[in-house]
Amino acid sequence: MNLVQSRRDAAWAVLQTVLDPEVPALSLVELGIVRELREDADGGFTVVLTPTYSGCPATELIEADVRSALQAFQPLRIEQRRSPAWTTDWISEAAREKLRQYGIAPPSGTAAVTQPLRLHEAIPCPRCGSAKSERLSAFGSTACKALYRCTACREPFEYFKPL
Amino acid sequence: MKLSNTNTQRYLLRIADAALILSQRNSEWCGHGPILEEDLAQANMALDLLGQARALLTHAGAADGLDEDQLAMLRLEHQFLNPVLFELPHAVDGRRPGDFAFTVVRNFLTAAWFNLLWTKLQGSSDTELAAIAEKSLKEARYHLQHSADWCVRLGDGTADSQARMQAALERAWPYLGELFEGDEVDAAAEAQKLGPSWASLQAEWRALVEPVLAQATLKLPKDRPNAHRGRHGAHSEHLGHLLSDLQYLQRAYPGGTW
Repeated sequence: MNLVQSRRDAAWAVLQTVLDPEVPALSLVELGIVRELREDADGGFTVVLTPTYSGCPATELIEADVRSALQAFQPLRIEQRRSPAWTTDWISEAAREKLRQYGIAPPSGTAAVTQPLRLHEAIPCPRCGSAKSERLSAFGSTACKALYRCTACREPFEYFKPL
Repeated sequence: MKLSNTNTQRYLLRIADAALILSQRNSEWCGHGPILEEDLAQANMALDLLGQARALLTHAGAADGLDEDQLAMLRLEHQFLNPVLFELPHAVDGRRPGDFAFTVVRNFLTAAWFNLLWTKLQGSSDTELAAIAEKSLKEARYHLQHSADWCVRLGDGTADSQARMQAALERAWPYLGELFEGDEVDAAAEAQKLGPSWASLQAEWRALVEPVLAQATLKLPKDRPNAHRGRHGAHSEHLGHLLSDLQYLQRAYPGGTW
């Protein structure tokens, strides 16, 4: 059994603790924003990130958070990679459950652009589980979320839109 | 500012400026939306457009060693290549925040156009442009659905909302020809497989917007030959005023950052 953790594994472990600034229920790794962690020939690391939305104002903050979390792993380089475009399909089932626990309804169905958008369907309430809800606003506190209200427990909740 | 003005650069700037100028226009609703939900929606969609414009400007300026900020903040009016439709104020008299019916109509007509353009650009021979298109299309789909919803709600609404939507459609329609006119820049783009000639988008665009306008009980205005040349840098009197807002800080405090 190898008890010595490689430096890459150590860096990866640290990366898994960096939370998304706008959805702090999930880490950047769970959201699929971290695309790759590479150990470079000079002993440094390259972190490849992808933006969620083109205009996401958190993009710079996310870079800064990664930089400060990985301070011990110099020289550190950060790359932005646009393709393949970020999609909510990369959020795992476990991470979706975390979103639900946090009070945000996870994306429903696939985000493939060949499928019609499903914005009007009733989204299950993340609090009481009722399937009956109504949309209050197509956009919420951020572009990635819409605002809904559960018609059973009457609580408002955010819905992470499929992208 | 000296630009190389190659056909490729002009093709990219036309799209970048369409997104940038519409973003600036629609952000005028921030804090002034007719209802809170629309305030949020317009601001969020303007942010998407700004992000798309930033990526395209970065790409278009690379050949000349210019960055997104230099292109957005320091170019002169005649160096902006967006079609005139995108710069028109929301209200006929230019008063702010403006006529929400026109906002809805323009957002719908241009979101349909952006959807088709991004779809085609995903297959661009320019991999960076294809990547920008792949990302932007996902956002543009939401813009199209949202503006189509409002078109139907207000068009097929009260007599007053219907009349205002019809008037907004009449006002926007004469500017649409510029979105479907091919020229040497388009021809070069098509030949290099950089992107489609804008002329090739028209039939699909009509197929996309006409059913929604019909559902909104709006009548199609009469087509007129295009008389606008924003894509060649000849703009309406409104762009200069918009740029004086957009570029104010860099003009007053060159190189200023915060």
